[in-house]
Amino acid sequence: MSLLAFFEQLAESSWSVELHESQYAYSIIESIHVWTLCLFFGTVAMVDLRLLGWIMPGVPVSEFARRVLPWTIAGFIILVITGTLLVFAIPVRTYQSIFFRGKMLLLVLAGLNVWFFHSRVYPSFAKWDVDAVPPRTVRVAGAVSLVLWSCIIFSGRMIAYNWFDCDRQPQPAIVNFLTSCVPNDSGH
Amino acid sequence: MDLLPFFQWCYETPIGEAIRNSNWLFAVIEAVHLVSLGLLGGAVLMVDLRLLGVGLRKQPTAQLWAATLPWLLGSVIVLFMSGIPLFLSEAIKCLYSFPFWVKMTSLFLVLLFTFTIRRRVAQTGLASDRPLLGRLTAVISLSLWFGVAWGGRWIGYS
Repeated sequence: MSLLAFFEQLAESSWSVELHESQYAYSIIESIHVWTLCLFFGTVAMVDLRLLGWIMPGVPVSEFARRVLPWTIAGFIILVITGTLLVFAIPVRTYQSIFFRGKMLLLVLAGLNVWFFHSRVYPSFAKWDVDAVPPRTVRVAGAVSLVLWSCIIFSGRMIAYNWFDCDRQPQPAIVNFLTSCVPNDSGH
Repeated sequence: MDLLPFFQWCYETPIGEAIRNSNWLFAVIEAVHLVSLGLLGGAVLMVDLRLLGVGLRKQPTAQLWAATLPWLLGSVIVLFMSGIPLFLSEAIKCLYSFPFWVKMTSLFLVLLFTFTIRRRVAQTGLASDRPLLGRLTAVISLSLWFGVAWGGRWIGYS
């Protein structure tokens, strides 16, 4: 089954239709998604700023990891749940959205950065835990995280706009390629 | 007091008009607004979580207040600089929007509260002997910020 067929089938499920047609459900879920962003990105930013040595240089990085990151993880779980529901409510259009695709790609990169940090950088934390300004690798991981998550918020916000939607033709060939849109054939 | 002429004037400013005439300006400014909102969330939460007895518990509240203050002020400035143009572009709609007034009222109250009572509680460490006072301060702060965030999101739906 192609991805498009999967999302088309999803669009026909009763709960997708109900979410889509409900007067308030979509707005409420979207609001929770945006509010949770403050918890998630806010705590991520504070940890990243500490990795960069730009905030609270006197507080050990491990203290941040232990006391702040659980809140980040809680925020992330809520974001994934609400974000998935938002995709379920508008499956085909979202799947073909250039910004949604960009956001998913950036999420993979952010995930790789988290993996890199926790498997390659953090294990040696005892050496730089109390440094006011941690070593270069640590700072780079923090900066990359800040930039990636900002871009994820940016592209996420842009999903709301229909500039490059498949049902708005003509589009440049590159746009139709990136959104796997086949004009005329697909009315989504 | 008739606010319409003032809101009309705001709506007709060159900035408001430029944003209305552009396909993408509103979207881009809004995204900047959103990223700064996230940063503000972090700066607020570091102090409020601590006042609630979680988060960076080993650090004194005065230290957290001082360390997050530049980031709080910085994000508030960017939020104003992006929020005002957004407002100018749809000032008339805002005048008749209930969420807009909830947002402005909460914003006024939370800034007032933050730089008077909350600052005092955090700077003097009052909450270390009186945990209930700390919790109450954090709950008021977070509730008022939630009013700002609720209004902000729902202006878009109104």
